[in-house]
Amino acid sequence: MTDHDKRIDEATGTNLVGHEWDGIEELDTPLPRWWVYIFAGTVVFAAGYVVAFPALPDVAGMTGWSSRGQLDAALKAEAVARAPLLNAIAATPVEALAGNPQLMRSAIEGGNAAFKVNCVQCHGSGAAGSRGYPNLKDDDWLWGGDITSIHTTISHGIRSQSDETRFSQMPAFAEMLQKGQIQQLVSHVRAISGQGKASAAGAALFAENCASCHGEDGKGNREMGAPNLTDGIWLYGGDRASLTQTISKARFGVMPHWAGKLDPVTIKMLAAYVHSLGGGEALPQPQTAAAQPGEPDVRS
Amino acid sequence: MPATLAKSGGLFLAMVVALVAMAQAQDSAFAIHMGIMALAALIAAVAVMATSSTTRRLGHDESHYDDAPVRWGVIATTFWGVVGLLAGLFIALQLAYPVLNLGLEYTTFGRLRPLHTSAVIFAFGGNALLCTSFFVVQRSCRARLAFPGLARFVFWGYQLFIVLAATGYVLGVTEGKEYAEPEWYVDLWLTVVWVAYLIVFGGTVLKRREPHIYVANWFYLAFIITVAMLHLVNNLSLPVSLVGAKSYSAFAGVQDALTQWWYGHNAVGFFLTAGFLAMMYYFVPKQAERPVYSYRLSIIHFWSLIFLYIWAGPHHLHYTALPDWAQSLGMVFSIMLWMPSWGGMINGLMTLNGAWDKIRTDPIIRMMVLALAFYGMSTFEGPMMSIKSVNSLSHYTDWTIGHVHSGALGWNGMITFACMYYLAPRLWNRQRLYSLRLINWHFWLATGGIVFYTASMWVAGITQGLMWREYGADGYLVNSFAETVAAIHPMFLLRAFGGLLYLSGALVFAWNIAMTIAGRIRAEAPMTETPYDARADRPLPAPALQPAE
Repeated sequence: MTDHDKRIDEATGTNLVGHEWDGIEELDTPLPRWWVYIFAGTVVFAAGYVVAFPALPDVAGMTGWSSRGQLDAALKAEAVARAPLLNAIAATPVEALAGNPQLMRSAIEGGNAAFKVNCVQCHGSGAAGSRGYPNLKDDDWLWGGDITSIHTTISHGIRSQSDETRFSQMPAFAEMLQKGQIQQLVSHVRAISGQGKASAAGAALFAENCASCHGEDGKGNREMGAPNLTDGIWLYGGDRASLTQTISKARFGVMPHWAGKLDPVTIKMLAAYVHSLGGGEALPQPQTAAAQPGEPDVRS
Repeated sequence: MPATLAKSGGLFLAMVVALVAMAQAQDSAFAIHMGIMALAALIAAVAVMATSSTTRRLGHDESHYDDAPVRWGVIATTFWGVVGLLAGLFIALQLAYPVLNLGLEYTTFGRLRPLHTSAVIFAFGGNALLCTSFFVVQRSCRARLAFPGLARFVFWGYQLFIVLAATGYVLGVTEGKEYAEPEWYVDLWLTVVWVAYLIVFGGTVLKRREPHIYVANWFYLAFIITVAMLHLVNNLSLPVSLVGAKSYSAFAGVQDALTQWWYGHNAVGFFLTAGFLAMMYYFVPKQAERPVYSYRLSIIHFWSLIFLYIWAGPHHLHYTALPDWAQSLGMVFSIMLWMPSWGGMINGLMTLNGAWDKIRTDPIIRMMVLALAFYGMSTFEGPMMSIKSVNSLSHYTDWTIGHVHSGALGWNGMITFACMYYLAPRLWNRQRLYSLRLINWHFWLATGGIVFYTASMWVAGITQGLMWREYGADGYLVNSFAETVAAIHPMFLLRAFGGLLYLSGALVFAWNIAMTIAGRIRAEAPMTETPYDARADRPLPAPALQPAE
């Protein structure tokens, strides 16, 4: 190329720079004004932002803003706004919440939010549960479905680390019965849940081995969390294979205790929410529900 | 031929080393990888001996450009492009229908997702960069490629890297760093290949016959050098065993996160932006047959782009444990990056001054213009999303996915396809492409695909962002995560449909390239304007007198 070769590109009327590579040349067009101004504008904005906000190690911006400060302020404002409501819930015993519909509604909303953070991992976002994790929306309760019982279950858990946990343990019958006997029991359990024909041998085995917890009629016992075997609702499955597994090896589902991890108001709100899901039961009339002894969570 | 003997002997030795490592391997994935390495060394040794028994002319014909690696690169780009897009469509469908995880660890989303991203970025995009850089550097320097043997090593070594990376993902070998998943031994291999690449490219620039270095080569050099630096620093790690796949990063906690996003963002900046701008700077003026719009703009935007880009990574870590000041810096550098990025778009689009009619008549130019338009859109969207208040809505949502794909499908994809269309007939000495009309089909399928993809992801991202921050009357969050996912399910379907369109376009492209290589020419009406016949464009002659009856 030659340095002062000022040829002009005809189509645009602009000077060519004069270099050429493999047929490619370059025009000597000045920088577009708007491009320069916007670029300068972003640089000015950046400078201003660096002064106003923290942008150097350990130097606060002029506004004093920090992300932790912003979060603290938001949390504080939220706490102030919620305080009257939470105080009211704190002052109301869980069994009396229902007497104040407005407070109950707020407790349910708060419980809904807490449920989404703490409970959905096992019980599902719709609280419908899954295999091994109870459905909280139906009428079937292992340990009681009135609000006080629910509150106790959430507080202390089931087979949890808490000293006051609900506890029960179904025996593993593989160590006590023959394979054929277990199959007869399976048939019997299927019969009383409407899935097959009854047999005298199965009934006898059931009366001897199972009735003490599940009841003569197999309708369960909430005192010890023994599931109702006749309602067609299964925690681990009502097919032959699942029932064989359950009776042979037993089940040992664990729910953590939340007292000490969540504050008492949140636990109360969770109880209100779970109670509101559809299967909530009224309190027994001469009432003082409390922790009952343990039982099998095993439902099959 | 002692040199050949030494070379193939060394390769056999490498094979033996790989086989020993395979036998000693601590885990099956490492054993499989060493087996692949050994096989590659064997094939290379045989190839070296086979070529030496005929004539080795490599590097001796200075009167012609060395285009063999470029030809291989065009084929590799086409092949990996289809593979990567297919993987993308499949994982998009997995998100909509989780049953497609197939219940196998090898085919879960978590393993196929890096397979998709690496296949499109490093296999498709990387091969496009390799082969176009070899093509462009020779032409713009008017010099034959330096170190032809090394250039071949770069091509095949890079393919081996791709195979090791891809098989590693499926086998569960990962460093868990986005876009840098391959483990330490694959990283070391890539380092060797990359240094060889720098030597070939830099050597060719050094032996140039032109007094000045063309702007495309600045961008290629920035891409090669910066990627080397990023790759080395981000992959610093300590292997658990020298014969095992697992390693631990040299950095911990938020420092590791910052290093990762310094790498990740500049992989976008220097791999997908600088490298592809280099392609743009050669192929757009060539196809348009017009001079580059502004030499001054190319200088200013080049230096401002590479200076500013390297600081912008922290915007990937807004509202995290990263200190506020680092977040702020990441944000302001991202905002200042807007105009330097647009400099490339302006220089590309305005190069069409005096040739705008080609958008109507030349489907390759049309594709280039679309690519530059998407480049402009996504380089505006990026700085906007880096603003903290925007980011607090967009971060962790599919908006980010949409943003990435408007850049990747729109800019990287379309400019690559356009360059391949330019290259194929020239590299294989064909009169023209198999079909120009098929480029039109490709263009519209791809454009439709991008529109479906980005629009659905905008809607999905903003929906999800708003649902995450939705509060009820008492100040409690309303939605659980799963509910927000359920809400955007229809958008997942539309996104997959967009991906299907884009993949269909790429299949049309692959067919066109394959037929061109095969030397076929499709019988079709030429792509011109509506026919004009000057002889017919005149009044009818006066009617002859009619007899009255």
